[in-house]
Amino acid sequence: MTPMKRTPLFEIHRAMGARLVDFGGWEMPLHYGSQLEEHHLVRRDAGMFDVSHMLVLDIEGDQAKPLLLALLANNVERLKEPGKALYSCMLNEDGGVIDDLIVYFLGEARYRMVVNAGTADKDLAWLEAQRAQIAPRARVAPRRDLAMIAIQGPNAREKTWRAKPDLKPCSEELGVFIGAACGDWFVARTGYTGEDGFEIMLPAGLAEAFWGAARAAGVAPVGLGARDTLRLEAGMNLYGQDMDESVTPLESGLASTVDLVSPRDFVGKQALLKRAPRAQMLGLVLLERGVLRAHQKVITASGQGTITSGSFSPTLNTSIALARVPVAVGERETVKVEVRERLLKARTVKYPFVRRGRNLVAAD
Amino acid sequence: MSIPADLRYTDTHEWARLESDGTVSVGITHHAQNLLGDLVFVENPQIGRKLRKGEECGVVESVKAASDIYSPVSGEVVAVNAELERAPQKINEGAYDTWIFRIKPVDSAELAALLDAPGYRKIIEAQAH
Repeated sequence: MTPMKRTPLFEIHRAMGARLVDFGGWEMPLHYGSQLEEHHLVRRDAGMFDVSHMLVLDIEGDQAKPLLLALLANNVERLKEPGKALYSCMLNEDGGVIDDLIVYFLGEARYRMVVNAGTADKDLAWLEAQRAQIAPRARVAPRRDLAMIAIQGPNAREKTWRAKPDLKPCSEELGVFIGAACGDWFVARTGYTGEDGFEIMLPAGLAEAFWGAARAAGVAPVGLGARDTLRLEAGMNLYGQDMDESVTPLESGLASTVDLVSPRDFVGKQALLKRAPRAQMLGLVLLERGVLRAHQKVITASGQGTITSGSFSPTLNTSIALARVPVAVGERETVKVEVRERLLKARTVKYPFVRRGRNLVAAD
Repeated sequence: MSIPADLRYTDTHEWARLESDGTVSVGITHHAQNLLGDLVFVENPQIGRKLRKGEECGVVESVKAASDIYSPVSGEVVAVNAELERAPQKINEGAYDTWIFRIKPVDSAELAALLDAPGYRKIIEAQAH
């Protein structure tokens, strides 16, 4: 059996007594004691995640931009300001999703992409094949020398500066979805929780010290368990669960991230234009007691659907889910979900469910 | 974690305690709540329901997973812990201090036949490998 991979912060997680689990081949902390408490700390204060398992890729050269224009469904032409970030899917020829990612324009023919841990090898192979064919002068460099820590919550930025004051001058003015180089570090005002905060890329050798400084500044370590309930409340997709190569972004609630307006051609565009979406993504709020989970059947007046991600929402104190359902299903419709051999009532809602700590789903 | 010597156990991770009024309190073990993580929902059997030893009679659900509760002894359900409706995490905070439901047992031999603390410890250790 292949041993699991470990991030530069593994020893800290172990020393803290984290419950460690296999996540896409990486040995990662599920929680450090209480997943629910960690979730609340992010919504109310500040929590940090070791996300060093994700892969940072630097793409450079005069053909870097053409490569990204050809491969990404969202349009990097929109990134004019250095540091500006874009969330995008990368599609195959059939319009299916290879991965979702964030790409930053670093200026001067340089881009930085952050891709998911479980798909890193697949993404690299795809990028390399495409690069060789259409943009041979572009260079794609995996940055395994970097660790990544996400600090999220209403007090995240303040506590980040308390932990490392020299990050403040270069990151204080950052607007949402923009990053900046701070010496060797890169600080981006992005995240996967629906709260304010930073995702910080730093030399791997400095990760332990920074984690310790952040703890001393009052940032709570938070595991992947809470990361999942936070991102679900924030209505953010999880690759491999909410979408994969068998579905298009239009069938995954990601139409707003696909540029079908500009004349630019990109891999998968023709397939998207040719085929109307066969399903849509809606949020579900469970109206009874219980927990919605992935793969449960959703029964609607317009036919059957499936939950792609489900969990308990600590902020809403009820169960929520993302579900792929027939196109004809509307919002605020009552549907049934097959939960452990019973049919429970749920309501379809537009998502996100929570942003900046606020419950966005009006009670009835 | 010490396993209380005054309780009896099942290999499905329930504990049972004979109360002074002759009823049997049932809960899940510390080991079980640790595996499940933070509990968000407990489904209790109905008061009045007659259970057979080993019968599925409830659910404890965490964010991660749902787990069935099996009755350690046969008898009629006479009480359920109403606190768990509002605060299921009490089980995480003290598994042996938090009863889930109470049964009026019909056969005292069943309780005696359950695992004792050392017997339950052996089960946990075996499952760890």
